[in-house]
Amino acid sequence: MTDNCQILTGNQAAAIGVKLSGVQVVSAYPITPQTSLTETLSQYIEGGELEAEYVRVESEHSAMTVCIAASTVGARVFTSTSSHGLLYMHEQLHWAAGSRLPVVMCCVNRGVGAPWSIFNDQQDSIAQRDTGWIQIYCRDNQEIIDTVIQAYRIAEAVYAPVMVCYDGFVLSHTTMPVEVPDEEAVRAFLPPYKPHTILDPHDPRNINPVIFPWRRMDAEGCLRDGYMELRYKLQKALEEAKPVIADVSRAYGRIFGRDHGGFLWQYRLDDADVILAGMGSIATEATMATDMLRKEGIKAGVLGIRLYRPFPREEIREAIGNIKAKALLIFEKDISYGYEGALCSDVKAALYGSAVQPPIHDFICGLGGRDVKASEIADGVKASLNTVDEGDSRPQTIWLNCRKG
Amino acid sequence: MEDKDHHISAMCKPAPGEAGKTGDWRDVRPVINHEKCTPFIKKKPSCFLCWLYCPEGVIRDTIPVQIDLDYCKGCGICAEECPVGAITMVSEGKHDG
Amino acid sequence: MGENIFKIDEREYILPGSRACQGCGLSLAYRHALKALGQNTILTIPASCLTVLHGLYPITSVEIPCLNCTFASTAASASGLVAGLKAIKRTGLTVVAVAGDGGTYDIGIQALSGAAERGTDFIFVCYDNEGYMNTGTQRSSATPPGALTTTTPVLTKLEPKKDMLKIMEAHSLPYIASVNPSYPRDLYEKFTKAKLFKGTRYIQIYAPCPPGWAYLPKDTVKIGRMAVETGICVLFEIENGRFRFTGRSKVLAKKGKRLSVADYLDAQGRFRQMSRDQAVQLQQSVDEKWEEYVRRAVE
Repeated sequence: MTDNCQILTGNQAAAIGVKLSGVQVVSAYPITPQTSLTETLSQYIEGGELEAEYVRVESEHSAMTVCIAASTVGARVFTSTSSHGLLYMHEQLHWAAGSRLPVVMCCVNRGVGAPWSIFNDQQDSIAQRDTGWIQIYCRDNQEIIDTVIQAYRIAEAVYAPVMVCYDGFVLSHTTMPVEVPDEEAVRAFLPPYKPHTILDPHDPRNINPVIFPWRRMDAEGCLRDGYMELRYKLQKALEEAKPVIADVSRAYGRIFGRDHGGFLWQYRLDDADVILAGMGSIATEATMATDMLRKEGIKAGVLGIRLYRPFPREEIREAIGNIKAKALLIFEKDISYGYEGALCSDVKAALYGSAVQPPIHDFICGLGGRDVKASEIADGVKASLNTVDEGDSRPQTIWLNCRKG
Repeated sequence: MEDKDHHISAMCKPAPGEAGKTGDWRDVRPVINHEKCTPFIKKKPSCFLCWLYCPEGVIRDTIPVQIDLDYCKGCGICAEECPVGAITMVSEGKHDG
Repeated sequence: MGENIFKIDEREYILPGSRACQGCGLSLAYRHALKALGQNTILTIPASCLTVLHGLYPITSVEIPCLNCTFASTAASASGLVAGLKAIKRTGLTVVAVAGDGGTYDIGIQALSGAAERGTDFIFVCYDNEGYMNTGTQRSSATPPGALTTTTPVLTKLEPKKDMLKIMEAHSLPYIASVNPSYPRDLYEKFTKAKLFKGTRYIQIYAPCPPGWAYLPKDTVKIGRMAVETGICVLFEIENGRFRFTGRSKVLAKKGKRLSVADYLDAQGRFRQMSRDQAVQLQQSVDEKWEEYVRRAVE
């Protein structure tokens, strides 16, 4: 291992991760707070540090399209976006996953309009939950660089696209010390991309045509899939991605000395009376709240969720089942309007039928960049514990730091 | 018959008859009167406008000219474009139902 | 296989038994276009009649590799193919995007303008059947005035047809051509020529559609011919800004007399509700366009 520690923003860390991964085609469209990532990549490419094609498209829809087509040809591709850019890509996210292409994208999380917000929450990527993409949420800039590199190995092993999500401004524009991995070691960690698609004049194929609901015989007498079989294969690919993600995380840890935990990470959780769960930088904030609460004698602990799709159901059950906590408090920067936060619904569903069923409160916080201080998280925890101690175990959705009425 | 598709995405191979034997679509069939057909009379490659204008590519520019009735959809362009009236569209005599 | 008496490649790239309608103008044009483009081509196509022609999984009617893409993304898909091929150092292939008028004039125009502005090295082909024919004849911005469609079912289309060729010319492309399946040799030559240029090339195919335009399938070639005789469709090419008439249009520009558009309109059911004023206006705009072409034509 070389010791190469640099002070980097999240976007710079991601750009270095892309460069180290030997990406061959980059295509992107500017949007705050993603912009400096793609600017850095154009500097690498124009400056000759990264031998890649940079396609300066006229929209995010086209950015993802370029990635889809170039990946089909057999090139390793990258794009990044935020907020409305991601929403504009929505159709192409489905197309990339349905095509089973190992596209890697950074989503620099930002709130969505109307009205406009350039500030951070996770509504953008959460709204893409059902597109067939693997979603990993990073908690700091070190994890960003490491996860981008891991994402290529995961995506190319299971033929599914990976979205590396990290919080806009909070991480994208904040500098932190980051260990930059050795280039040769990364090249060795990432075998060349072997496409499953065939675009060859000597073996002409028509890729992603119309497909019937039913199965159909080809000219050689093989009964080929219908639409539903291919959807099942995508679902299976994401389910089977879990052991791959775990292996990749461990292998990365062995080579580079950092294992970010695969699906989940924990902070002072073993003896916790109250569990604070979340994704991304809000979970990092929760670790500081935990320290504050522990000083006050409240045994808090954090369950950080790194992998959102495929969802680590068994691992969450196991992590929570091992602790006799009084309450499980979810802190999340998204809302499924008319119900509750999406992460909370998923965690509840994961715990359905399990022996351990703590009362669950869902904290909707930090929407559109509303500041969330560790002390405010700690106050929320104390209020929830009071409710639970008074014998009220009903589920609650709490809008933290929001004037209601 | 193999019953497992190893593809993970939809990727077609070329084959004739993707839409089946499209000759079934015809109400009328082209019939060539070779005695009138220019290349047949001249005994050398000539005219072949039926080959040129067939949208399906099912006419062969051979002597005599041949039409693949398995796939000819019966549009009638060849008869319409034949400058000497050598092709007639004749009812298939089939009735619906 | 070699070329025949028309100097057109004998090899068919569209296998018999495709899903295209009887007498499909696109099918005829595409047949000759693929012959000119040849084997070392990679196609990308959006949702359209052409998707249907290419066939349903797991069989395709076309013996050239093709990547299907979403409706709005055709030219971006071509950009990705070009970038990907360059990145993996694969040379000697022509990337060709083919979209209908909906996928070109309407939903695809942003990606097309972007790719053209970037000078992406590909050929964009628009087959213009003047409406959303694959979904059953709805109005597009390429639909001519006076035409009935299922979304202009009573009043007919009231607005003029968008001049897409002019829009593409504003992108300073090295090669632009207008072709028509009733003139296969002219079409074949232009596709062959387009291959020789670098950068974005644009070819627009006038594509008669029997069900959408309400005429009998046997009349496709006749309708296409009338379009040229009237000046509704003009055969030309613009090479690095130099406009020249080709084929039958060249003859008409030199000495011939164009037919009245009324002959063309009367031959198609879609114009049966067109008002006299609309027909007069159409004749006027066809004449004006023609004069504009005559003024700027070289040779």
